[in-house]
Amino acid sequence: MTTLHTASAPPAVPTAEGSATVAVRGLSHWYGTGAMRRQVLQGIDLEIHPGEVVLLTGPSGCGKTTLLTLVGALRQVMEGSVRVLGCELNGSSRHERQLLRRSVGMIFQGHNLLRCLTAEQNVQMGADLLSGLGYRARRDLSREWLRAVGLSDYLGKLPHDLSGGQKQRVAIARALAAHPRLLLADEPTAALDSRTGREVVELLQRLARDEGCGVLMVTHDPRILDVADRLVRMEDGRLWAEEAVVG
Amino acid sequence: MSLWQGRRIPLAWLLLTRQPMRLAVALAGITFAGILMFMQLGFRDALFDSSVTVHKLFDTDLVLLSPRSKSSISMTGFPERRLVQAKADPDVTGITPVHWNLLLWRNPQTKGTRSILALGFEPGDPLFLDPAVTAMAPRLTQKGRVLFDELSRDEFGPVAKWFREGRVVESEVAGKRLRVAGLFSSGPSFGADGNLLTSRETLLSLVPNNPPGSIELGLIRLRPGADPTQVVDRLRRLLPEDVTVLTKRGFLDLEMDYWRTSTAIGFIFTLGAAMGFVVGCVIVYQILYSDVSDHLPEYATLMAMGYSLLTLLGVVAREGLLLAIFGYVPAYLAGQVLYGVIHAATKLPVSMAGDRATTVFLMILVMCMGSAAMAMRKLGDADPADIF
Repeated sequence: MTTLHTASAPPAVPTAEGSATVAVRGLSHWYGTGAMRRQVLQGIDLEIHPGEVVLLTGPSGCGKTTLLTLVGALRQVMEGSVRVLGCELNGSSRHERQLLRRSVGMIFQGHNLLRCLTAEQNVQMGADLLSGLGYRARRDLSREWLRAVGLSDYLGKLPHDLSGGQKQRVAIARALAAHPRLLLADEPTAALDSRTGREVVELLQRLARDEGCGVLMVTHDPRILDVADRLVRMEDGRLWAEEAVVG
Repeated sequence: MSLWQGRRIPLAWLLLTRQPMRLAVALAGITFAGILMFMQLGFRDALFDSSVTVHKLFDTDLVLLSPRSKSSISMTGFPERRLVQAKADPDVTGITPVHWNLLLWRNPQTKGTRSILALGFEPGDPLFLDPAVTAMAPRLTQKGRVLFDELSRDEFGPVAKWFREGRVVESEVAGKRLRVAGLFSSGPSFGADGNLLTSRETLLSLVPNNPPGSIELGLIRLRPGADPTQVVDRLRRLLPEDVTVLTKRGFLDLEMDYWRTSTAIGFIFTLGAAMGFVVGCVIVYQILYSDVSDHLPEYATLMAMGYSLLTLLGVVAREGLLLAIFGYVPAYLAGQVLYGVIHAATKLPVSMAGDRATTVFLMILVMCMGSAAMAMRKLGDADPADIF
């Protein structure tokens, strides 16, 4: 954005598009080809700002996960614009997307931990993505994150020795250990009971705010809606309403 | 940043070792393939090495042979005159005629007969590299005396053992009584299970229909500093077509080429080694492929986290490398032991030669890395978009 441009047309909104963590404009997406072609996203517009927690709800099959994978640079954008951390994903190469993903933390429905690694090693797989840090520094970072999620006593445990909530917390530590500036979470509480789910989400919210990274979380869980700065509802591939949450 | 500081979680190592059963199966497979290759190649090399154990006994620069002699088991005669003619060359300092026949030796214990390679020479002629043999040669001046190869196979009877115990060891060859006058060391080959040395006179009496004036091998010693290949050229021009002139090296090569090309033995053992290679490939590929398949969601997770496909291919490649190294070590050790066992049982000159150890390691490496490369194609199926 040039100085000339800014001077002639000052932005109407205080947050310029360039500073937004995620800026989606007119995003449409289809699955299948020919007669089987089916539109799953129809002209989506969405913005997420640093430190903002946005919850995405809606019936299953409405395209929430597709939106998440497109924002997470896991899928090629077909139509519209998706800018993540200042990088346009429409027309991006495989390599560009891979590099961008290093700055995007992802927390999955299942914990997706590596079964052969201990909790500490799993978190370090996240920390290992940081360049310029020595092995010891990365290991200490992993331990700090495990302490932050309350698992400092479980460093050497393999995933199958951990409970569902503990595994999900390790996954959160792993996602945050890579210093992401955007966190994507797909129903992180789906496999957890209500109390653990609540704890995990609050932890996620607190850590994300401390790190100043934007959060986009897909959830069906009505008990955790209050952690959001903003609620977005999706139906039939469209974003219907954006409700501000008082909180 | 130093390499040590820059190191990452050893994912390949952990993937392999956290599934000890699968690792054990993989290593057993690779070890088996390695042992198979060690055995087959060992037998093959031992065959070629052992086929010239007798040839190596001679202290000679050049040899004369009948053109019809293609190997140690089909030596035919040529006129001894040719050897005397060769003496005309100024570089030739000495000639020695040798008779070379396969005879039937009667086991003094069981009385069974078995084919043995017999060399006949003038006891006074210096023709052996081993001074111990030359020292014993005068004992052969008495007719009916032989020197027996103590490394001959046990089927010839406990000749060496009896001889050392001081007993008079006598046997019968071609209806004539022979007495063992001494022992020497050479070793059996694929062509002959045992060897004996005797005088020309004794040998000729055992093969009475040998045409007079005919010998099977002529040894030619040259003046020090003479170029053997030049002398060979001169002798070839000098001598008629009924005789072949070879250097000692050429004499050894003729024998080894016979076993390599005229028989299926070399091919069979090479094929055996190739089968070990293929079996190993299949096992390693199966292991690595199922390893990649089982961990596909985890690989996809790593890709979603921002690890490049190249990094993950590196993990599979390192798994292949680790399997190669850890499969090779037990194969090498087992190979050593089995070579010892085979040597004791067959007296064939098998041992862990350095170049064979390297060859087998390279084959195992190619096997593991090739299988890893095949298994890597499965990694292309890891779609990070699928894991949400």
